[in-house]
Amino acid sequence: MKNKIRNLSFASVALLLSSQVLADNSLTVVSWGGAFTKSQVEAYHKPFTAKTGTEIVSEDFSGGLAEIKAQVESGNVTWDLVSLDKPDIVRGCAEGLLEPLDPKLLQPGNDGTPANQDFVDGAIHECAVASIVVSNILAYDKSRYSGESTPSKLKDLFDLKKFPGRRALQKQPQGNLEWALLADGVAPDRIYPMLETREGRDRAFRKLDTIKSNVVWWTTGAQPAQLLADGEVVMTSAFNGRIDSAQYVEGKPFEIIWDHQIGYMNGWAIPKGTKNLKKALEFAVFSSSTQALADQARWIAYGPTRKSSAAMLDQELLARLPTAPENYQTVFLFDDEWWIDYADELNEEFNTWLAR
Amino acid sequence: MKYEAISAGALDESQTIGTPSTNNSLKMQLRRAERWNRTRAFLLVVPLLLFVGVTFIMPIMDMLHRSIHDPLIVDHLPKTVAALESWDRQQIPEDTTYAVLAQELVSLHKQRDLAKVAGRLNTEFSGMRSLLSKSARGLARLNAGAGLESAADTREAMIRIDARWSDIQPWAAIKNLNSRYTLSYYLAALDMHYDVSGDISAQPERRQIYKALLIKTFAMSALITVLCLLLGYPLAHLLATLPESRSNLLMIMVLLPFWTSLLVRTTSWIVLLQTEGVINDVLISIGLISERIRMVHNLFGTVIAMTHILLPFMVLPLYSVMKNISPSYMRAARSLGAKPAYAFIHIYLPQTLPGIGAGAILTFILSIGFYITPALVGGRSGQMISNFIAYHMQTSLNWGLAAALGGILLGMVLLLYFVYNRLIGINSLKVG
Amino acid sequence: MNKSDTHYVRFLNVQKTYDGENLVVKNFNLDIAQGEFVTMLGPSGSGKTTCLMMLAGFESATQGEIYIDGTPVNNLAPHKRDIGMVFQNYALFPHLTIAENLSFPLKVRKLPKSDIEQRVKRALDMIELPQVAGRRPGQLSGGQQQRVALARALVFEPKLVLMDEPLGALDKQLREQMQYEIKRLHERLGITVLYVTHDQTEALTMSDRIAVFNEGVVQQLASPTELYERPSNAFVAQFIGENNKLSGQVEQINQDSCVVSVEGCSVQALPVNIRQCGEPTTLSIRPERIQINPDASYDNRFDARVLELIYHGDHLRTRVELMNHDQFIVKVPNGAHPLAISKGDQVQVGWHRRDCRALDAMIPGRP
Repeated sequence: MKNKIRNLSFASVALLLSSQVLADNSLTVVSWGGAFTKSQVEAYHKPFTAKTGTEIVSEDFSGGLAEIKAQVESGNVTWDLVSLDKPDIVRGCAEGLLEPLDPKLLQPGNDGTPANQDFVDGAIHECAVASIVVSNILAYDKSRYSGESTPSKLKDLFDLKKFPGRRALQKQPQGNLEWALLADGVAPDRIYPMLETREGRDRAFRKLDTIKSNVVWWTTGAQPAQLLADGEVVMTSAFNGRIDSAQYVEGKPFEIIWDHQIGYMNGWAIPKGTKNLKKALEFAVFSSSTQALADQARWIAYGPTRKSSAAMLDQELLARLPTAPENYQTVFLFDDEWWIDYADELNEEFNTWLAR
Repeated sequence: MKYEAISAGALDESQTIGTPSTNNSLKMQLRRAERWNRTRAFLLVVPLLLFVGVTFIMPIMDMLHRSIHDPLIVDHLPKTVAALESWDRQQIPEDTTYAVLAQELVSLHKQRDLAKVAGRLNTEFSGMRSLLSKSARGLARLNAGAGLESAADTREAMIRIDARWSDIQPWAAIKNLNSRYTLSYYLAALDMHYDVSGDISAQPERRQIYKALLIKTFAMSALITVLCLLLGYPLAHLLATLPESRSNLLMIMVLLPFWTSLLVRTTSWIVLLQTEGVINDVLISIGLISERIRMVHNLFGTVIAMTHILLPFMVLPLYSVMKNISPSYMRAARSLGAKPAYAFIHIYLPQTLPGIGAGAILTFILSIGFYITPALVGGRSGQMISNFIAYHMQTSLNWGLAAALGGILLGMVLLLYFVYNRLIGINSLKVG
Repeated sequence: MNKSDTHYVRFLNVQKTYDGENLVVKNFNLDIAQGEFVTMLGPSGSGKTTCLMMLAGFESATQGEIYIDGTPVNNLAPHKRDIGMVFQNYALFPHLTIAENLSFPLKVRKLPKSDIEQRVKRALDMIELPQVAGRRPGQLSGGQQQRVALARALVFEPKLVLMDEPLGALDKQLREQMQYEIKRLHERLGITVLYVTHDQTEALTMSDRIAVFNEGVVQQLASPTELYERPSNAFVAQFIGENNKLSGQVEQINQDSCVVSVEGCSVQALPVNIRQCGEPTTLSIRPERIQINPDASYDNRFDARVLELIYHGDHLRTRVELMNHDQFIVKVPNGAHPLAISKGDQVQVGWHRRDCRALDAMIPGRP
C-alpha cells in the first residue's frame, strides 16, 4: 500500500515536472536569430545532437542580461546556454549571473596546440569562452553611388556634404563614442582615457551632434541590412556577418568599409543555476572545438577565435573575415573592462543626449 | 412609524432576554439563506479572483514595492553605512570610515557582489561604478602585497587610487542610500535626486530627461486621442445610422485591423511610410512633392501608426453609445426649429459624451503605455515613457527606476480616472 | 372659409418609394382645414407614418406636391416649417431638464430670456406639472413625459402639430386620459393636428376626420361616425370596430336593398360596394346591431345556437353558430331586463337590412 502511494505520488510529480524530465535530454540554447542562429545550428547544434543525442531547443532573444537576471533572481532558470557579447559576459560574471567555466576543460587545437595558446587573447574568460570575433563596420549600398566617389573611410560617416543622406547607427553609446572621437582625429590609445573626462565626452557628443538629425537608430542585428535595402539610409553601421550574408547569400550590392572596424567577441555563457550544467558545459566545450569554429565561419563571416580554425579556412573566405590582414589594419579593439565600469553613466548620458 | 419603533424595541428586548422570538429566527433564516447565496456567488468567482490576483495585482504590488525597496547598500555595506551614521556631510569622514569601506569593498570584490553595489550607487552619482571597481581592484592588490598599516594609510591609498575619494561626493552617495526604503527612484524618475547635503534637488540640466519625456508622452497621447476622436466620430456615426447590411461590412472593416497582429500592422506602416515606400512613391509620381519626405522613424510616423492602431478603441464605445441614440432626437430638434449644426451641437453631441469619454479615456490610457509601435517606428523623436521603462528593464537593469516610472504612469492613470469620475461620472462610461 | 382655410395642409398626388420599385405611398391626396384634427389610421407599414414624415420634412416625396398654408414645402428644410411634432417615444432630450427641453424651441427662435421663462412656466401649468421643471426626462413617469412632449411641441405656438403614435407606450387607462387631454388642448388652442395611430378607438374618440390607410392607399376618408356606421369597403369595416362578416353571393340588387345568399340563406342587405348579381360579396354586421329573439320588425331573422357566453360587465358577449359560421358575435346589452340564455340554447337572431352592408369580397389573409 505504502509503495503504491509512493509510486502514485512519484508518477504525479513526474507528470508535473515532465518539462524537467524532457529537459534531461535537451538543452535550451538562446541566440540572436537570423543568419547568426542559422550558422550556430549548422556548425554546433546539429553535430552536437548527432554526437550526443541531446536535442537542442533554439530560442531567440535580442541580447542583454535582463532575461538572465530575471531567471536567476526568480530561481527558475530555463535557459541553458546564451550567446552573449563579451561586455555582457564580463558584467554578468561580475554580477554572479553566470556559471564559471574552467578553461582546463577546453580542447586543444586540432594541431595539438594547448587551448590557452590556440585561442586569441581575451577569448577565454572565467565565465565563458568566446567563439567568434564580431566586427562593427560601416556598410553602404554601392548601387546608389554610380560613378561618384564611394565612402571608404570612417570620416565619411560624418561627412554630410560629400555623402548626404541618412545613416543608421546602433542605439547605444558603445562604438559610437569611439567612432566619434576617432573620426575627430583622436589617437586610438587616447580614446578611453579621454572618455573618462567631461571634455572628452562632450567632444564625442559634439561630433555626433553634426549628424544627429540624419541618424536612424537601430536596435536589432537584422535592421541595418533591411534599412539599407529599403533605401531608408545611405550608410549604416552593422555587424559584419549580417552584411556579408546580404552580400553573398542574398546577392545585395552592399559594400563594407573596414576602416576603424570595432571588433569584439561573442561566445557561450551559462546562466547560474541551470539544471543541465553538465550538458551545457559539454556543449560549450564541443562548440569551441577547432572544427566547430571553422564550420561556423563557413556559415557566417565572423572570425573564429582559434588560430587553428582560421588555418582550416580557404583564402577567399578568410579575406571576408574581420581578421583578414587587409581588413585588420585600422582595427579598434573594444575595451570590455572599461565599458563595464563606464557603461552606466555613458548610457545615461547617451540617452539624455538622444532625447534632447 | 410609531408602531415600528415600538416593535423594534420589543425585538431588542427579546434579544437581550435571550428568548428567540419567531421574528428573530426568521431573520436568522434569512441571513443563513443569504450567506449560502453569497458563498456560492463568491465560489463562482474564486478562480477569476485568483487569476487576477496572481497575474495582475501581485505584479503591480511587486512593481510598486520594487520602486521604493532598496536594501542593496544596507545589506552589502552595513559597516560603512553604520560608520557614516554620524557623519555630518561637511568634510570627508574619519579615517576609520575609509578603513571600514576598504575592507567591505575588498570582500565584495571577492564575492563578486561589487558590480551590483557599484551599479546601484552609480545611479545615484554618476561615476560611482568606475570609482568603486577601480578602488576595489587597487585595494585588493595592496592587500595582497604589503597590506595597509593604519586607517590613515588606507585613506591615503584610496585617494592615491582615485582622487575622487578626497571629495565628499562618493560618501554622500553611500549615505543617501542608508535606508531599506527610499524615494530615490521616484526622484530619479522626476529628474531629481538627493544631493551631496542629502536634500532633494533637481538634477543638473544635462541629466534631465524624464520630466520632458513624461510631458511628451502625455502630449502625444492627447494628440493621438484627439485624432482618433476626429476620425472615429464620423465613422461611428455612419456605422450607427447605416442600414444593417452595409454597417456590418463597414464594422468588419473597422475590426479587421483589430484582429491583425499589432506587429504586422506596425511593420506595414513602415512599408507604407518609409522614404522608398508606397506613399512617397505615389506623392512623387503625381508630382505633389519632389523630395521624398521622411514619415517614419520619427514622431509623425508614431502618431500615424498609433492613431490607426487605437482607432477601434475609440470607434467601438462611440458606436455603442450612438447606436442607442434614437434618430428621433435629431428630428425632434429639427422640428422644433434648430438648424442641423445647432441640433448636432446641442442635442446629439451631449448625448454621445459618455461614448466620447469612454473612447478618449481608453485611447489615452492605452497610448500612454504604448511600447511596441514607438519602439519600431518611433526613431529618436517618437520615443515614449514606456520605451524607457523597457530600456531600464532590459538594458540598464535598473529595475527600481523602471518600477518608479511605471508607478508614476500608474498614478497618472488613476488620477485621470479620478478626474474623469469627478467630471463625468464613471458610471456613465460606456465601453461596449 | 377661404381656400387656405379649407386647404391649410394639402397633399397632392404624393408618391413615395424607398427602393425605386415598391411604392410605400401610392397617390396620396389629403386636404386639412385649419383647426381640424385629422387622424391617419392604419396597420403598421401602411404608409401613414411616411406621409407624416414627408409633411415634417424628414422624408422627401418621390412625386407630388405638399403645401402648407398655400406654400409648397417640398424643398423646405424641416426647421423652417414651423411644425410642432410629438414623437412615438416622446424624444425628450435626456441630457436636458424639463424646463430646458421646453425652452429649446424658444431659444432656437432667439426669444428674450424673460419671455422664454414665462412661456415655459405657462406650458408647465397647462400640462399641470409645474413641479417637474428642474427634473430630467428619465425621472418622470411615462404619462408625465408624454405631457411634457406635448407641451414642447406646443410651446412655440405652431399652427400645425404632428403626432406620431404619441400614446403608443402608455397603458390603457393613461392612454384614454391623454386622449381627452389632447382633444381638449386642440379645441382650446385652435391648432391643426395631424395624428398618426394604429389604434382605432383612439382615432374614433379624437378625430374630426380619419383617413384609413392600407398598403399605401387611403381606403376611406371620413368622420368617425361615417366610418363606423358606413364603411365603404370590407377593409374599413373590418379595421374599424368589431364586425361580423359573412361571405356570400349577390342574388339580386335593387335601389337601396339587395339580397345575398349565404350558405343557402337569403339575407336582406344594403348594397354599398357591389355592382352586379352573381359576384361574391362580404356582408358586414356590427355585433351590437344584432338582436337575440327579435320581433317581427327585423327583416332578417335566422336560427342560431349559443356556443359561448362571456360576461363583460356592461354587455354579454355571445358567440353563436349561424349559417355554418361559428364565429358570429352578438353583443347583448346588460340592461334592465337581461336575457336569460345559456350555452347550448337554440335562439333566433335578427338584424335590420340597413345595418347589414354588402361590401366587396374580402381579400383573403387580410383582417
